[in-house]
Amino acid sequence: MSAIYILWLRELKRYTRSRSQIIASLGQPMLYLLVLGFGLNPVFKRAGYGSYFQFIAPGVIGMSVLFSSIFSGLGLLWDRQFGFLKETLVAPVPRIQIMIGRTLGGCTVAVIQGLLVLVICLISGFRPASWVAIPVAVGFMVLIAMLFAALGVIFGSSLQDMQGFQLIMNFLVLPIYFLSGAMFPLTNQGKILSFITALDPLSYGIDGMRSVLLSAVTFRPAFGISIDLAVLVVVGTILLILGAWRFSKIEA
Amino acid sequence: MIRVQNLVKAFGSFTAVNDVSFDVAAGEIFAFLGPNGAGKTTTIKMLTTLLHPTSGSIELDGLDPQTHQNQARQRFGIVFQDPSLDGDLTAWENMEIHGVLYHVPHKVRHQRSEELLKLFELWDRRDDQVKKFSGGMKRRLEIARGFLHTPKILFLDEPTLGLDPQSRNQLWSHVKRVNETENVTVMLTTHYMDEADRVAHRIGIIDHGKLVTQGTPAEIKEQTATTSLEDAFLKLTGSNIRDESAGSADQMRQFAKMWQQQRR
Repeated sequence: MSAIYILWLRELKRYTRSRSQIIASLGQPMLYLLVLGFGLNPVFKRAGYGSYFQFIAPGVIGMSVLFSSIFSGLGLLWDRQFGFLKETLVAPVPRIQIMIGRTLGGCTVAVIQGLLVLVICLISGFRPASWVAIPVAVGFMVLIAMLFAALGVIFGSSLQDMQGFQLIMNFLVLPIYFLSGAMFPLTNQGKILSFITALDPLSYGIDGMRSVLLSAVTFRPAFGISIDLAVLVVVGTILLILGAWRFSKIEA
Repeated sequence: MIRVQNLVKAFGSFTAVNDVSFDVAAGEIFAFLGPNGAGKTTTIKMLTTLLHPTSGSIELDGLDPQTHQNQARQRFGIVFQDPSLDGDLTAWENMEIHGVLYHVPHKVRHQRSEELLKLFELWDRRDDQVKKFSGGMKRRLEIARGFLHTPKILFLDEPTLGLDPQSRNQLWSHVKRVNETENVTVMLTTHYMDEADRVAHRIGIIDHGKLVTQGTPAEIKEQTATTSLEDAFLKLTGSNIRDESAGSADQMRQFAKMWQQQRR
């Protein structure tokens, strides 16, 4: 247990010490939120979907949780590069505990990041349908963070060095983001796009957050909150098991 | 304490360790010497559960590190050849993590960390982030960390690389101390023959993945009719300089192969 705790704490310390990185990682969500959010607002409204700013806010929160959780898993690559990974791999602690500690740490960091973006949303005018919805939305953030931290671990343990990083960024992280419906409604789409977006786990996370945060008048869920929950939990569990298995196979 | 039999490790077509067998008795200091790329680090990685052998058997304190990974890991400590610190954390935090991972009780952990950081003259800098340290300081911290828990077997992979003579002295006298007072078995590698001669009870010389000879320093000198270990070493391994890394094309091929194996 203490091993899990100390590795969790390590992730948090690393996060809080890189202030410039925290600020840098808020830049992108702010661009999406403020520029796209306000820029597309009139068109969206005219199409009868309500406020685009309200609509995109949960999507942007989901995006920052996605990015920071998947990168926390890929942090394995950094630790491999700088050697710290070996130190944990030879320790007399079951690998599963090391994996859990790291993943929980990455998850916590991702949720903090999501909360920061939520605060920015609230400051810039986002209003949830009801304030009690916020804890439920945070629950969704936790599920999203778990799922993608696990996915990051799977790739982080399978790659040998940093060269694969760009590949993952362009062919995994960005598609997951763009296909999740973070920026557009998933309802009334063509067959192909509907099919692909339904394969993206993030779609369910963002759909879930919207279902609780937005009022039922303007937002119609694409899947429904119980399906969202079920998919996130089941896929998350499968990925965590896969991640633990990949992690146990790492050689250095 | 350590028993290695017919150990082989092949990476694709390259055999890094080729049919190596040796024994290290409990309480012994065993120096594993060899030119660059001879297979020293690969052997140590297999002994410390970081790599799976292609064939052959290993016993650490009677345990197979393949099948009893955790029990085996409980028995050894290691100072790696290349850095393994977390640069974002302070020296003290690096010690703490190590102590927790190795189940060193809270009080003992703090007391020993203080002693060791003082011994290796890092105490004043304990709250500084490791990335601000010089190369020598990082090395000293790694070594201090390696001594935080008392393992049955201690692996030191070129521990004196980049250390000044003062720290080197400090290190070897500490190694001798734990070996004598706590009966820790030590397996070390180094390129400084005088160190091996001074510290080790027995020596094994490896070249091109094969164990060329083993015995006490005196035996090896006698065997090669030389007066210093350095001369004996050169006589046994030749005086050619080794290329540690393959060409870039080879490396890529190697990498592609390993990647495919990983995927399977």
